[in-house]
Amino acid sequence: MNAMKKLIYALTLLLIPVLLAGCESKLLVFDPKGPIARSLTDLIVYSIIFMLVIVVVVFVLFGYIVWKYRARKDDGDFEPEEEKGNHLLEITWFTIPVLIVIALMIPTTKTIYEVEDVPQGYEEEEPLVIHVTSADWKWIFSYPDQDIETVNYINIPEDHPVQFKMTSAGTMQSFWVPELAGQKYTMANMQTNLYMVADQPGSYYGRNTSFNGRGYAHMEFEVQAQTREDFNKWVNDVKNTANELSEDTYSQILEPGVLGRMTFNGTHLDWIDHAHGGSEQYIDPEKYQLKHGEHDDIHQDIDEDREADSTEQDTESHEHDHEEMEHSDSETTDHSHH
Amino acid sequence: MSLDEFFVTGDPLILASQIAIGLTMIGLIALITYLKRWKWLWNEWFTTVDHKKIGIMYILAGVLMFFRGGVDGLLMKAQTSRPELDILNAQHYDEIFTTHGVIMILFMAMPMLIGIMNVVIPLQIGARDVAFPKLNAFSFWTFFAGAMLFNLSFVIGGSPDAGWTSYFPLAGKEFTPGVGNNYYAVSLQIAGIGTLATGINFIVTIMKMRAPGLSWMKLPIFTWSTFITSIIIVAAFPILTIALLFMTLDRLFGTHFFTVAAGGDPMLWLNLFWLWGHPEVYIVVLPAFGMFSEVIATFSRKNLYGYKSMVFAVAGIAFLSMLVWVHHFYTMGNSAAVNSIFSLTTMMIAIPTGVKIFNWLFTMRKGRIEFSTAMLWSLAFIPCFTIGGVTGVMLAMAAADYQYHNTMFLVAHFHYVLIPGVVFAVFAALYYWWPKMFGFKLNEKIGKWHFWLFVIGFNMTFMPMFFVGLDGMSRRMYTYAESTGWGAWLGFSAVGSLVMAAGFAALCYNIYWSFRYASRNVGSDPWNARTLEWATASPAPHYNFAVVPQVEQLDDFWYKKKKGETGLKKKDLKPVHMPSNSWTPIVLAAAFGVVGFFLVFEWFTLAIVASIGIVIGLIANSFDYDDGYHIPVEELEKEEREWRGDLQ
Repeated sequence: MNAMKKLIYALTLLLIPVLLAGCESKLLVFDPKGPIARSLTDLIVYSIIFMLVIVVVVFVLFGYIVWKYRARKDDGDFEPEEEKGNHLLEITWFTIPVLIVIALMIPTTKTIYEVEDVPQGYEEEEPLVIHVTSADWKWIFSYPDQDIETVNYINIPEDHPVQFKMTSAGTMQSFWVPELAGQKYTMANMQTNLYMVADQPGSYYGRNTSFNGRGYAHMEFEVQAQTREDFNKWVNDVKNTANELSEDTYSQILEPGVLGRMTFNGTHLDWIDHAHGGSEQYIDPEKYQLKHGEHDDIHQDIDEDREADSTEQDTESHEHDHEEMEHSDSETTDHSHH
Repeated sequence: MSLDEFFVTGDPLILASQIAIGLTMIGLIALITYLKRWKWLWNEWFTTVDHKKIGIMYILAGVLMFFRGGVDGLLMKAQTSRPELDILNAQHYDEIFTTHGVIMILFMAMPMLIGIMNVVIPLQIGARDVAFPKLNAFSFWTFFAGAMLFNLSFVIGGSPDAGWTSYFPLAGKEFTPGVGNNYYAVSLQIAGIGTLATGINFIVTIMKMRAPGLSWMKLPIFTWSTFITSIIIVAAFPILTIALLFMTLDRLFGTHFFTVAAGGDPMLWLNLFWLWGHPEVYIVVLPAFGMFSEVIATFSRKNLYGYKSMVFAVAGIAFLSMLVWVHHFYTMGNSAAVNSIFSLTTMMIAIPTGVKIFNWLFTMRKGRIEFSTAMLWSLAFIPCFTIGGVTGVMLAMAAADYQYHNTMFLVAHFHYVLIPGVVFAVFAALYYWWPKMFGFKLNEKIGKWHFWLFVIGFNMTFMPMFFVGLDGMSRRMYTYAESTGWGAWLGFSAVGSLVMAAGFAALCYNIYWSFRYASRNVGSDPWNARTLEWATASPAPHYNFAVVPQVEQLDDFWYKKKKGETGLKKKDLKPVHMPSNSWTPIVLAAAFGVVGFFLVFEWFTLAIVASIGIVIGLIANSFDYDDGYHIPVEELEKEEREWRGDLQ
């Protein structure tokens, strides 16, 4: 028995450094950087207070009862009296949870409706529209009004509402930027909507949370909130320097694989909107065939100079893209806040 | 298909397992042959229709699957214990979390619970067996065939890799063209037939086979929860059957129920899956609640507080369980109204659950609490499950769920519900009913090692997951960058999983130790319990009760003991009618397994040929006119005299 007690103490002590490490910095969900995420955080904190009270009440009652009514050697092995139950008590602990549910339900419903719309105070502004197309295993963002397209990153103006119109080119994914808004699924042949506002410039971590195959863990993106000026400048730069997105490049992008960041002039919405069908022309089960045991390389290369009808890739751009990918891998997240 | 594609090759971990499995099989067969035990196995176990033996086989299969699922869990914990580790690659990790989920829910929790129900329920209601003993054997063997087929995937053909939820379109041929997810569709279907039959069997057993005088409101609470669970099984499993059928048609025959192309609707899968999947959670949790209730009442030396409200709470939870499935996909773009309604129904489940927690606490109040190992598990359940419950309420709030959905927070939550709710219950039940099954107790001292290691390990493993989840880590990620800062949390969690594994090892050692050394002299009622199963010998004789008891009240046995009325009069003995063994269940299930295997590989000609076996089995079964046999009074008298001194 003694050895067991020692073990229990040792294991409990182990917990302390971990808990301390956790307190050093704020967890992402508790660190909102925009009004929508903030209303979610407020709701979460509100619910946690209730939950802590419940946990404390149950734990104290539990500890008290187990300690007070434990069998003792000197209790003469008495036989406790039978109890039928008590209507008043049972009604009490039926009523308390009912009240708690009501207290939680009201703000929940309010928040559900709130986050489905343009946040308060931004109703007057015309939201920036970005189409999100998720694919295996990358995020494609189209700015129809600016006529540009990016892969695995988005730049948005700060303090300005952004409306995401989201769909998928194949498997189901979930678009999530915890510091700015909650998540929502992206589905082929379907459009979902999400609003987002960042109230200060910065870089925010975004990822897919809905498992969709081998490249899933790498399916991250960065949201870069910029000042209005910087954002306009970025749009202009893209217009002046980025390559035109071709249908062929686009179908290469949709092939399964992990990509770095990319930027293009023009959007694929000119020829396909996956929200309205047609994705099947890009889906090739052959490309998902598994080869057990072989080195499992899910990283993908795009050859923008490929001729429309040629399937060969030249090695030069191969290397170039690898560089770009590695570069972006290390910078896609702002998750170094710890 | 070349042999190279048929067997999963190239991975040293799997190669080692293939060799180990092969050697173990050869070893087992050699051992049984050497000990000349084949006939014994066939007569006593493979063809048995005795509910207690079937229950024990279920439990044994559950323990084996717990080991398999546990190893999967440990591998996942090892892979994520440090950032950017390379123990498993993405594909291997995906397969492992898929099999971990399927095995733990369907091939560990389900058989453990159904096994304990099998052993206990007929005894608890004073019956000689379940209503349909042969169907019961069929249930077990189809479950077993399904489980084995599923496990085969990891050495032959490749494991399913679309998660235990197997979401479409990912689980469709378009994105997972291999045979892995065929295994999922086919083996779950086969096991599901058995589970559905179990549900029907227990509904009829409890409705029709209760001892005289045992009216509904005198039923032990575990029997009540089993009855209600069986109703949910019958209501929910056909949905899984249909969903899996559509999945099979999609994958094997090119239909488009759930595909991206040709107007398929992947969201239909999510709805069907969770229409079954959420009730399934209560299918595993409700019997567990019943087990805790029995153990807590026994070791508090008091009757269960608020018996009636407990019954209504179980029924209420069962009813609500059918109305909450959308909370698994609040983020699917539902309207705000839909999400609000499902938030409400989900949160309402907290109300009957809260009632149950308070009733358990008040059962112990003013009692005399004995800390036996069975009771320790029931005690640890209360605080751990409370954490699972309150985080469940947090997840129920649709808006807040936008931040928790598919994150490690969710993973921590459902492990905090399922491990205390199901695994602790199964452990409590094993320690509690072990003497009823085998005639000796599991060692209490080793049991306490098992308890402390497992409970501490459990909290160490899953508590950190709440925090990484709130920090933006989604579930099912095989790796993460060092800059995320999750390494410390997950490293700690991995240590916890080793502690938990040590707890499981202590259980296995306990079973071994107790089989060899535990005292066989524990009497028929070692815990001074309250319910009818303890009114007969431990281990229970194959006919259960020499004379079917007459019941007058709730906890009848308890009051009979006090009045000294548990005796048996020789003149009351009459020959007992018992069902005969049957070979059809195991043979039929084997045929199902073989057909399933051919279907997985889409070898349709072979599948059709093999399914003739099913037809023959069914015909043979229909022409089986065996009406059972009678145990003569002399044999009853002899067996009863062995354990009771009060045969007059």
